[in-house]
Amino acid sequence: MSLDLDQALQTYIAEARELLQDMEDALLRLEVDPNDADTIGAIFRAAHTIKGSAGLFGLDPIVSFTHIVEDVLDRVRDGDVVIEANLIAVLLESGDHMLHLVNVVAAQGEQLDAEAIVRENGLRIRLQAYQDSSGISHAVQVEEEIPLQSSGGGLVETDNWHISLRFGQNVMRDGMDPLSFLRYLSTLGEIVSITTMFDALPFADEMDAESCYLGFEIDFKSDADKATIAGVFEFAREGSLVHILPPHSKLTEYIELIRSLPESETRLGEILVATGALTQQELESGLSEQQTSARPDGSTTPLGEILVEQRSVEHEVVQAALDKQTQSKDSKNKENRYIRVHADKLDELITMVGELVIAGAGVSLLAQRVNDNSLQEAASVMSGLVEEIRDGALRLRMVPIGETFNRFQRVVRDVGRELGKDIELVITGADAELDKTVVEKIGDPLMHLVRNAMDHGIESASIRQAKGKTAKGTLRLNAYHDSGSIVIEIVDDGGGLNRDRILQKARDRGLIAPNVTPPDHEIFNMIFEAGFSTAEAITSISGRGVGMDVVKRNITALRGTVSLDSAVGQGTTVSIRLPLTLAIIDGFLVGVGKSSYIVPLDMVQECIELTETDRQLTRERSYLNLRGEVLPFVMLRDHFEVEGAGARRENVVVVTCAGQKAGLVVDELMGEFQTVIKPLGKIFSTLRGISGSTILGSGEVALILDVPSLVQQAVNRESQHVTTRQLTH
Amino acid sequence: MPIRSTTNKDGQSLLHIDGDMTIYTAAEIKDELMTHMAQPCEREIDLSEVSEMDSAGLQILILAKREAERHGTSLRLTGHSRAVLDVLDMCNLAPYFGDPVVLSCNEKKGQ
Repeated sequence: MSLDLDQALQTYIAEARELLQDMEDALLRLEVDPNDADTIGAIFRAAHTIKGSAGLFGLDPIVSFTHIVEDVLDRVRDGDVVIEANLIAVLLESGDHMLHLVNVVAAQGEQLDAEAIVRENGLRIRLQAYQDSSGISHAVQVEEEIPLQSSGGGLVETDNWHISLRFGQNVMRDGMDPLSFLRYLSTLGEIVSITTMFDALPFADEMDAESCYLGFEIDFKSDADKATIAGVFEFAREGSLVHILPPHSKLTEYIELIRSLPESETRLGEILVATGALTQQELESGLSEQQTSARPDGSTTPLGEILVEQRSVEHEVVQAALDKQTQSKDSKNKENRYIRVHADKLDELITMVGELVIAGAGVSLLAQRVNDNSLQEAASVMSGLVEEIRDGALRLRMVPIGETFNRFQRVVRDVGRELGKDIELVITGADAELDKTVVEKIGDPLMHLVRNAMDHGIESASIRQAKGKTAKGTLRLNAYHDSGSIVIEIVDDGGGLNRDRILQKARDRGLIAPNVTPPDHEIFNMIFEAGFSTAEAITSISGRGVGMDVVKRNITALRGTVSLDSAVGQGTTVSIRLPLTLAIIDGFLVGVGKSSYIVPLDMVQECIELTETDRQLTRERSYLNLRGEVLPFVMLRDHFEVEGAGARRENVVVVTCAGQKAGLVVDELMGEFQTVIKPLGKIFSTLRGISGSTILGSGEVALILDVPSLVQQAVNRESQHVTTRQLTH
Repeated sequence: MPIRSTTNKDGQSLLHIDGDMTIYTAAEIKDELMTHMAQPCEREIDLSEVSEMDSAGLQILILAKREAERHGTSLRLTGHSRAVLDVLDMCNLAPYFGDPVVLSCNEKKGQ
């Protein structure tokens, strides 16, 4: 496959995935409002487009399955099949299967595995129940959206295919000869008539002998299906126009074809008549009318209007066709407002902006040093602008969380069915934006929390009614911005957490001392500990006690926090707080010897001075006394083997991570610093205690401390010490 | 030089195109042909020595025909070789050029 085709395939895969998502959303909407014709139309178009494009790439498994789906949808659209819950369920599953097909067949170029084939066969049988029993045998179905009730023969009489080709200028340069496509085509059937179009051929001076200016209008008689015929032109698709109208297409389709081609309508009309694609009278009378009935403003009456005047086509039909055209134009315009940019390019941009921030800091520092007022002013204006650019660049990666939230409509529906609970998902704050990388990673933890809330949180209808609640449970997903972070809330109106049981379990597991009763809030958050499940029954949805700790770990990895609040009988709220971006953080700059280190500011709890007494004591023990609390600590000077004698005064930065505190002993506290995170090279990947680096205004490199691993290390060492001491005593 | 220029018995310019008329030779043939075409006189192009022709070659013939029409001169194609005929046939362009197409014998030449 040529590189271009490969790219086209990638575009197809991306498009197909989007279309399938749209289709799923539309199906769920349909569940609420089964008679929404627009939605039905949207679903049909999605399936139709997926099938059509798959045909062009010769992805037969996708074509053959999607064809059945499309067929059923077509009948739905015509009102032959009524939308009901089972049908939506089948269609949703079919959508899933189509996604699987796209992933396997199109993306990986592999065959389906046995399991998928069994699934597909099952779906085919279920879909067949909705299919028209009266023989749907042709592989490509001629669209019959609105049968034309026209006097002059709405469906054109010819039983030939009509193929319009306009080759792209580069076809020959790419090593393909348009004539060879024709030769190949003629092996599939009979070319009844052919007209060579060379209207695009420029004057001799401008004509490039190696560019292709040719096009063909072909009437073709063949029993091959559309996919096969389209396959002939597979390699010419890039930059070329290929329109294939099946036999007995509608007149409107021909008219649309005429409009979409570059040549004038009159000329094309004549050709279509000459080649026998259209009957003489309709076109001739229509077009002659068009020439005489020039409007006052000089424009001619559109062909559609003429046909209506002549009663060839019903007015509504043309209106419908026009609406469809405008619609597709609108959606095209909408598409045009977006450009697809490779994520790597954005990352590069952000890296460059990071460099700019660092360089800016350097300039400001120098400006301060030379003590030149006008220079300082210039530098401060510049750093203001740099900050704006930084925010703008980071905003480019921001995506609304709504898309992620919407995925849960389907999850809530499916899980609700499985559990036999009627649950409504209410989404608010879908417009709140956050970094794309964060959005990608938050999906799984959210999924877990949503399933958990549905399984354990919301009670079954009977219990709810007994408690005087509405039978229908409500699950809310909410998002809002709060001082540089985004807060995502998962709220259910279920029974709430059983505080006593959690406390009991925590005591059983030795997580809480028997005689201590922490505040409710802390008890609730115990469920984020590993292996903590209080569900009485383990269901297929949740309850195995794996998960909440994973949720917490995933969120912590994103530098976020998660907390939980619950009221018995009223429900539970899980709040996830995430930083808006992962590229730039607020850091706390500390110095050891001549080196600088950065501690993420939100992990810093307090700073204290390391007193002389403490220092003496550290020789024999590895913990400090923090107001009566045991505080394990790490001497950064020792840990990083910084040379030189210790400073006269040392400080302890108390950091906290995952509920554990530790002290980092440093020489100097240098304050807050906007930190552009730069990843460390591969060579440092085994280095423990460092998570990244950044560049200071002075041009020096500062290492970003990996606080979780340092804390873990300090805690482990401390407990080891305890055991060895116990052994020696 | 894929194009030889001679004068036929009626004193018209006669161009012979030899060898391939394909994408590989298209640029050269086009330039040469257009230089000849610039002189306003009736001319004939002898295609009997064209051994191979593809879309690029076809385009040049179309271009020549159209340029001639634009300048009000006439252009006749004669002695179509098998390769040329195949292409004109396939594209249904023989009527466009309007030249008598000779298959096996040459009696109609220069009619």
